[in-house]
Amino acid sequence: MRTKSYIPYLQVAPLAFVFGAFLVVPILTIIVVSFWDYDFARIIPDFVLTNYQELLSSPVTLRTYLNTLRYAAIVWAVTLVIGFTVAYFLAFHVRSDTWQTACFLICTVPFLTSNIIRMISWIPFLGRNGLLNSALLGAGIVNEPLEFLLFSDFAVILAFVHLYTLFMIVPIFNSMMRIDRSLIEAAYDAGARGLQVLVNIIIPLCKPGIAIGSIFVVTLVMGDFITVRFMSGGQSASVGLMMSNAISLMQYPAAAANAVILLALVLLMVGAMMRIVDIRREL
Amino acid sequence: MHGRKRPKSFYLLGAFFILFVLFLYGPMSTIFILSFQGPEGGLTFPMRGVSLTWFRNLLEKQMVGDFAGSFTRSFVLGIIVMFLTVAISLSGGLAFRHRFRGASVIFYLAIASLIVPSILISLGIGLQFRIIGWDTTWYGSALGAHLTWTLPFGLLIMFAVFNRFNKSYEEAARDLGASPWQVIRHVVIPITLPSLIGIALFGLTLSYDEFARTLMTAGTDNTLPLEIYAMTTNVTTPVLYALGTVTSAFSFLIIVLALGAVTFLRWRRARHGSDAGKGV
Repeated sequence: MRTKSYIPYLQVAPLAFVFGAFLVVPILTIIVVSFWDYDFARIIPDFVLTNYQELLSSPVTLRTYLNTLRYAAIVWAVTLVIGFTVAYFLAFHVRSDTWQTACFLICTVPFLTSNIIRMISWIPFLGRNGLLNSALLGAGIVNEPLEFLLFSDFAVILAFVHLYTLFMIVPIFNSMMRIDRSLIEAAYDAGARGLQVLVNIIIPLCKPGIAIGSIFVVTLVMGDFITVRFMSGGQSASVGLMMSNAISLMQYPAAAANAVILLALVLLMVGAMMRIVDIRREL
Repeated sequence: MHGRKRPKSFYLLGAFFILFVLFLYGPMSTIFILSFQGPEGGLTFPMRGVSLTWFRNLLEKQMVGDFAGSFTRSFVLGIIVMFLTVAISLSGGLAFRHRFRGASVIFYLAIASLIVPSILISLGIGLQFRIIGWDTTWYGSALGAHLTWTLPFGLLIMFAVFNRFNKSYEEAARDLGASPWQVIRHVVIPITLPSLIGIALFGLTLSYDEFARTLMTAGTDNTLPLEIYAMTTNVTTPVLYALGTVTSAFSFLIIVLALGAVTFLRWRRARHGSDAGKGV
């Protein structure tokens, strides 16, 4: 190449600036502030460990973290099953390219609309007088409207699945489209049955897609606060919600200490999942 | 596989897919219907008449906060984010075609930017501005926060594009005497244009809908998602749905425009694919 050696540095400079100023520095700020002191109105530069001590000694913290992990585990399992099934249908059963693109777009479009609106849109469906309760009452399945539909763990998980299944579908679909179709033909010719092809060929070759989708879903759920607050009606806890409560009380150092712990946990989980997949090779 | 009779699993999986699509779009279509609720109607069915009351309410400032202002801010911010995302992603994508020191650091920062929870970015930028003593604004700190979400997507799309990019077009242009800038302007950009439109679509819509990263970075003036969120706590009329319908319609409009542009480009390319041998 005849490109002058400094050109790539100029080209990447804006990107480096944004990540430096709005990702690296903010995270360093959080780490620094997590050791600061605070009172009701100010944050005070200092070096204290009280924020961590208070957090780690409180039973609420452990319960909140466990609850968040529970959400992540359930949502991960559900989105994986749904995402894999939908991707499998699109990749192997939809034959024409036009239909494949159309169906794929149908799945993608909601991702580009507002998450908050998509949560609000469950109210007329799940509410006490909502469609689901009316249907159940009308069919005589229940005698009184079910109270647990909206503002409950059920609603939280439903909304998560609604919002984030797409993040599973796209990478798994991408992996499936790269599978050499002759491998599958060969397996059938060698006498494999449909299930054997799925278990021995398709699932192993989809592992990178599954890993990338899992990273997305798990990190989105771990850091969420708005879905939990809105869909549980304030009755359930999550780490993000705990942080946003501390923020609204201006207890920034406490929120920062929590953020550091959350970040460490998320990075550990992602690190474990990255062992399955080399992201750079997947592009 | 072609020509074979469809197996039974096709119909089972097809039914599953249709259920999934209903699950995706069903709730949204109910709020669309309910936003036309009559003036006496409530947040759930039945419909008590059909009216545009709630859309009119939306425009009265004292009813629902500052809808027009927050919409304008979100739209302008989305457009700025869109242009910056396209320009910075394209430029970054071009850089990554060469070896340069720090390439893997930038790459892992992009991945980190995707996986670090949004609320951390929000909190971090908020604290950073507070300590420096700058005011957080939607066009400053929130702009940066949004870019940390849109740029990784843009960059990853550019990687995918350039991995499949046929370099001989550029070489041909260079052999014909094109300058590096002309190669980008007349060869690289036209060929990658559909993907660039895709990145623009991501940049605009993701910014327009971003909540968590805006929360602590927007300063005194709310963007639309913040305004909607504030409404969910104190508005209990279908005006909430009217707002949902209007903003979703806007998102759909942008998506349709982008898809239309991409389809048009494909069509034009198929029609005037090559002028080889025509003596132009």
